Amino acid sequence: MKKWYMVTLVGRDRRGIVAGVTEALFEGRCNLGEASMVRLGGNFATMLMVEFDGDTPALEDMLRPVSGRLGLRCHVDEIEAGLHRHVEPDVRISVYGADRAGIVAEVTGALAEAGLNILNLETDIGGTEGNPIYIMHLDGVAEQGVDTLREVLETLSREKNVEARLVENDLLMG
Amino acid sequence: MTMAVLEILVYPDPRLKEIARPVETVDQATLDFIDDLEETLLAGPAGVGIAAPQVGCLKRIVIVDVSSKPKIPHHGHLVLINPVIVASEGSVVGREGCLSVPDYTGNVARANRITLSAWDKTGTEQVYNMEGFEARAVQHEMDHLEGLLFLDRLVSRRDIFRRKVYQKPGTPASKPS
Repeated sequence: MKKWYMVTLVGRDRRGIVAGVTEALFEGRCNLGEASMVRLGGNFATMLMVEFDGDTPALEDMLRPVSGRLGLRCHVDEIEAGLHRHVEPDVRISVYGADRAGIVAEVTGALAEAGLNILNLETDIGGTEGNPIYIMHLDGVAEQGVDTLREVLETLSREKNVEARLVENDLLMG
Repeated sequence: MTMAVLEILVYPDPRLKEIARPVETVDQATLDFIDDLEETLLAGPAGVGIAAPQVGCLKRIVIVDVSSKPKIPHHGHLVLINPVIVASEGSVVGREGCLSVPDYTGNVARANRITLSAWDKTGTEQVYNMEGFEARAVQHEMDHLEGLLFLDRLVSRRDIFRRKVYQKPGTPASKPS
């Protein structure tokens, strides 16, 4: 009986990681689901839904040769999951400002209190080493309405010295 | 003549990737087809537009009606035959889904304002100036006439952000070098 697993792989970035891992999974008769793969600070980090007719140790064994060859640490979790369970984000929020400790906690804490459920979050540091800029971009669901979130973002902009922008997702179905 | 709800093709049906042919004359068969297309749009899940190729008819006909959206400028119910965008400006990213691509939505950049020329149901050429959501809907539907889906135009979240934050107002999105 096929089960879903979340496979997490982390290691120094190099060419061929995605190709090597997905080939090994294909050879091992796995199906791939949704995935997020990104280079972060020179590391390549992968989270991958894998459907497999076997148990966790068997999947770990399958991945060991390729992760060893590519210098990746590998972690496998059996998950309760399925495809076609997308939740539609209704807001898109961007926040940026001079980088300083606590900025993410302040922003996400205030937004969570105002009813934001984050579906997707990417953050990055731009600028220069002397003047780093923290940049946050997220998609989410405004569970207590968009106006509440707008108020919170205005307060954050005013009090925490960040620039914040909220765009409502006016989904076009055509 | 009774109207019919037509089957909406879903990707990877190859007909969605074909280029549609111009309508030469708006005859009774064309008008009957437009009625069916309308019926199909109304029967579907909250769509604001539909294009003939989505029901397997490779003709340059689309219907757009964004009047259900509150507080936006629009031209009401539009039947656009042989539509052509004669001018466009601005670029805005917005989220789109498609009756022909179930269970997936994504961000797409579209012109914010367009000038559109198209025949109406009497075969008379009309010119429309439109903006925002209605302009987006027309561009989405007209893409179907070129065999393009919103999947052909997805932008990544990082692209959206860079465009929004680092681009000064009034700067074109890209200049030919």
